[in-house]
Amino acid sequence: MFESLGKYILLLRAVFRRPEKWNIYRKEIFLEMNSIGVGSLGIISLISIFLGMVTTVQTAYQLVSDLIPKSTIGLIVRDSAILELSPTISAIVLAGKVGSSISSQIGTMRVTEQIDALEIMGINSPGYLIMPKIIGAVVTVPMLVIISIALCIFGGYIAGTLSGAVTAQDYITGATQDFRGSTVTVSMIKSVIFAFIITSVSAYQGFYTSGGSLEVGISSTRAVVVSCVMILFADYIVAELLL
Amino acid sequence: MIEIKDIHKTFGENYVLRGISAEFKDGMNNLIIGGSGSGKTTLLKCMVGLHEPDQGSVLYDGRDFTRMNFEARIEVRKEIGMLFQSSALFDSMTVEENIMFPLNMFTEQPRKEKIERVNFCLDRVNLEDKNKLYPAELSGGMKKRVGIARAIAMQPKYLFVDEPNSGLDPKTAIVIDELIRELTEEYNTTTVVVTHDMNSVMGIGDNIIFLHDGQKWWEGSNKEIAHTDNQELNDFVFASKFMEAAKVKL
Repeated sequence: MFESLGKYILLLRAVFRRPEKWNIYRKEIFLEMNSIGVGSLGIISLISIFLGMVTTVQTAYQLVSDLIPKSTIGLIVRDSAILELSPTISAIVLAGKVGSSISSQIGTMRVTEQIDALEIMGINSPGYLIMPKIIGAVVTVPMLVIISIALCIFGGYIAGTLSGAVTAQDYITGATQDFRGSTVTVSMIKSVIFAFIITSVSAYQGFYTSGGSLEVGISSTRAVVVSCVMILFADYIVAELLL
Repeated sequence: MIEIKDIHKTFGENYVLRGISAEFKDGMNNLIIGGSGSGKTTLLKCMVGLHEPDQGSVLYDGRDFTRMNFEARIEVRKEIGMLFQSSALFDSMTVEENIMFPLNMFTEQPRKEKIERVNFCLDRVNLEDKNKLYPAELSGGMKKRVGIARAIAMQPKYLFVDEPNSGLDPKTAIVIDELIRELTEEYNTTTVVVTHDMNSVMGIGDNIIFLHDGQKWWEGSNKEIAHTDNQELNDFVFASKFMEAAKVKL
């Protein structure tokens, strides 16, 4: 475990070495932003709406006391979406979609000697292959999370009003009362950390792949598993420190 | 000229290279031959820095590559071209983008000049008008030729070739060998070829190093190889009935 941690840190050091040519890296960063950000918009939108719907229905189910106003449903959905559901569940879905893709892409390059070819040319392969992915994710994942929060609250509104669990007026009242901006800050900090974890852990798994296609598959699976565990661990640490 | 001095390399308990020293001269095709597992690819990777030798040094025209820092190595690597066994073309790039890649990274040439250089390299390997194809659309022989075109794009001083004929039919293999020989003469490169193909040995082997059990067992030219009394080398060279029959004529 300590050997892996050491290799991970050394890889990160190589990733952030000065690029050979910034304009080529810039182009790669925009391509990664498109691939990670725009490419994940559909799935993130879909899960966010469902997350909001489920949260509303389940919260309404548990609020049986007449002493608690129905507007509380909107408040709970909003805070759950901002603090936990959107950043964390989105990150776990992205670990599956983006993380496995990064790991298998870099792993395949490793076993087909493409990374060796980069090294021979005098190119810092960790920097060229991994840095644009990390920057691309760190920039776009917070944007995805903001969209996810909005859609999650909207999903809750749809489910609440369609099922009759809460009126539109009560839901909006709840969703807008006692709003604290700091929760959004915590959410953004989480999303940046999660984006870094997904890309760097997956790239690490791919970069140190050896063997053939079987090992590429194993690396890809390991990238998703380790990323998910690290995301939940980081989630706890951030919550403990910032809330 | 490339000099290697007392190169040792182990992988765990496996002692792969046991103190190999040799000189690879400019303008010559230097072949490293040997059976599977003899350490020839490991030696090549130690020479270009893909593996770090446990002991010994690699000198490029007197510059000790093994003791250089990252930045200094990059300067030497800009003078190196390499053709990999699998060609190692970048899947996501076209033939043109593959060849242009090192030019984009290390030169400030305008795009027009880079395209001209790409076309020159493609002409040189007889692959005109293949610029827009992707590696997946090429045959094995064409991939090797694109790999060579990419390797010579930066006009290297040192050319490394790992198993150039593996997976190729005999006719295409001869074309690749001829290309390597011509480029070595044309650019006066120090060319190091790892192979176990006897056609290559007899065709382009100006200077041959035979590795056996991680050690340099024999050194000489393709003219001398047929007349050696080295038992291990004879077992390797004349393993096939065809070569045994040809020995009489050699």
